[in-house]
Amino acid sequence: MSTIAPKFKFSEFVKSLIDNIFWIIVIATLVGLPLIMIALFYVDLPVIDGTLVTPFLALTWLSHPEVALPLVKSFMTSDMFRIMAFPGFGFAALMAAGTIFIERKMLAKMQLRVGPFYCGKIEGILQLMGDGLKLISKEIIIPAKADKPLFIAAPLLFVGAAAAFVALIPVAPGWVVADVDVGLLAVFAVIGFFPIITVLSAWSANSKFPFIGGIRALYQMVSFEIPLILSCLGVVILTGTLNLSEIAASQSVVPWIVFMPIGAIVFFICMLAELERIPFDLPEAESEIVAGWLTEFSGMMYGLVQLGSYVKLYAFSALFVLLFLGGWSGPEFWPPLEQELLEDGQTIGPISLQFPGLPLFSQEFFSAVIWFVLKTMGVMFFVLLPRGVFPRIRIDMLLQIGWYKLITLAFVNIFVALGLVYAGVIGPGGMF
Amino acid sequence: MRMSNIAKQIAPGLALQKVDERIMTLNVGPQHPGSGHMRIIVQIDGDKIVACDPDPGYVHRGEEKMAEYRNYIQNIPHLERPVIHDSCNILYPYCLATEEILHIEVPERAKYVRVIAAELNRCVYTLYWLAIYGIFLGHSTMFMWPTGDRELLIDLLEKMTGARVTHAYFVPGGVRNDLPANFEDVCLRQVDYFEKRIRAYADIFYDNPILISRTRDAGTLSRQDAVRLGTTGSVLRASGVDYDIRKKEPYDCYDSLDFETSVLKSGDAYARSKVPWLDMLESCRIIRDALSKMPQSGSVRVKLKPNPKGDEMTSYKRVESGRGTLGCYVVSDGKPEPYRVKMSVGSFRNLISLPYLLKGEKLGNMPAVYWSLNYWPVEADR
Repeated sequence: MSTIAPKFKFSEFVKSLIDNIFWIIVIATLVGLPLIMIALFYVDLPVIDGTLVTPFLALTWLSHPEVALPLVKSFMTSDMFRIMAFPGFGFAALMAAGTIFIERKMLAKMQLRVGPFYCGKIEGILQLMGDGLKLISKEIIIPAKADKPLFIAAPLLFVGAAAAFVALIPVAPGWVVADVDVGLLAVFAVIGFFPIITVLSAWSANSKFPFIGGIRALYQMVSFEIPLILSCLGVVILTGTLNLSEIAASQSVVPWIVFMPIGAIVFFICMLAELERIPFDLPEAESEIVAGWLTEFSGMMYGLVQLGSYVKLYAFSALFVLLFLGGWSGPEFWPPLEQELLEDGQTIGPISLQFPGLPLFSQEFFSAVIWFVLKTMGVMFFVLLPRGVFPRIRIDMLLQIGWYKLITLAFVNIFVALGLVYAGVIGPGGMF
Repeated sequence: MRMSNIAKQIAPGLALQKVDERIMTLNVGPQHPGSGHMRIIVQIDGDKIVACDPDPGYVHRGEEKMAEYRNYIQNIPHLERPVIHDSCNILYPYCLATEEILHIEVPERAKYVRVIAAELNRCVYTLYWLAIYGIFLGHSTMFMWPTGDRELLIDLLEKMTGARVTHAYFVPGGVRNDLPANFEDVCLRQVDYFEKRIRAYADIFYDNPILISRTRDAGTLSRQDAVRLGTTGSVLRASGVDYDIRKKEPYDCYDSLDFETSVLKSGDAYARSKVPWLDMLESCRIIRDALSKMPQSGSVRVKLKPNPKGDEMTSYKRVESGRGTLGCYVVSDGKPEPYRVKMSVGSFRNLISLPYLLKGEKLGNMPAVYWSLNYWPVEADR
């Protein structure tokens, strides 16, 4: 054995953390602050309420939270924040990045490797950033005979569709970008875009392998969308609503997976197929058709498609959690803060701490988000797991599974749901 | 007109031909993740393969011609280059044939050392082949496990020969150097662990329901066709023909060892992928048996004169390599250099069956059937 990975040591971990923080502070103060000062020298600063607003007021606000916190709060309730940062794309992209890292490390452990290891000192945690920088710095090559506008638009459309999917996913009560009454239908409307984008990009590349990959993707996505929709129908029958927030809220006592395990399994298998994960990664089968419909993409165009597909993975896992695993419901993590602590502050020896404007979020919100993220990570783990265990299946087997077995099972699930409603187990006078 | 006729004769897939509009021609290789150093020209109708034309020859290096300009000893390091993972086995028939020409009797201990090295090398090759078979089917764990376990045997071979892959260990008259001290204990321990590891492959690969459903009944080669097309080695044994040179024409000390040939009946890609794995289990048995029966001391090499000259005669010897029967035909005209060295390799003979097997299959079956033929492009081109 040539190289054996050193054991993980906590002291080394702390040391590298302190190292990183040290360098960030040094670079920020020695390079960043002088640059800001030089820039400010040439900028006219506005005067509001008789005070000159400079960026250095931020330092003042740090010591006067009563000024800063309302600003932060008002920013957090704005639509901008929701779309860009928290329940929207930023959060999803963060989850996607975490998923890629976890996938690589987990797969490496299954295959007796170490995985990403050197970049970022701590278990290769900056490997993804390095890969991203590499992709950005690479040249974008467009085939000479490609349909250029469509070819360039396809990755952007893919990421856009994935972001639209994320916008429909509620993360906590009231925390959703677009709270649509027909949320579930809207989700399927967005999913319906993916095969179109795939076929468009495959066609526009004007090459044989992307063409075959695109046709495969079309077959796969269209034939698995039907059992996907049918498997959700059971949940809709039981809850009587299409709003995703209401569906999640209806499972505060028992998640629907208890009553409809068949539906959950069908949904999960269809989810794997829609996401083009192994064993259903036929559109990207590299030993048959190079990289399928991604063959001609290079540089950041490929990176965008990868980002989009992992964001899609997060969104599908979140949808599974909302429909079958009870969404954000779960026991609270810690009791809410005491009222007098918030009003009067706390005195520790000579120092008295004040908390004006706190808490930013309610305790229910924290608990909900943590449960939601934990459950989503759990589902993601099971989505990633087959990659280390199964080989790829063949297109005729795939279509047979989709059209015969999964649709039959989805109908069985619908009849289970109808039986539950008619038997009076669920609904008015029932148990739940 | 004449040019196109010539092109049709040389390579039918290269010629311009009028085809149905539904049919698409795919060039799988040589720059394709699923081809190796060769090209397969595939014509598909939708997802069905209507015609397939393998086009090897991208890595022809003229090893046989080179052998005519070097003497018998100098030929050793370059004749193993076609299959560096199986370098002991590809040198084996050359050494046997040269020994007949030079009238050398190999010492008893050298015969056992050769068999041990050859079986270890067969396992190294088979693991590499199996790893690629795994990744061809999209099974990345099956790529990593064999490449990792291969290190065990490579370490052993490094102890024996001093090199990790290109050993150049077999020489006419024995082996290059004796085993290191305490080799038997290390070898037994590593082989025991190795056998435990490859038995675990059944759980993740050979008993995997998706793998079975994918490779079962894919590219079925009947017993008659296998014999008629001239396939050898694991392809022939997977079609139910019990043919192994180690049993049929035992060379060195194989007749004194206790082992069985592995034969499966179904003749599909699954059987073809399983026979080499069963062979590896038998190899472990052979190595243990050889270690116990090996003479504990004695010479392992006959001293040769510098630039030995052979009689004017020919010799043809064959052995069972990782890819099937491997023959070597050496012609001597009494000079220090051989007049002609010709190798008959299993890879090329197995490749002949590919167009028959792929016709009518799904495109998704192409890598599964192609790599199950136990084909090594570099060896076929030589």
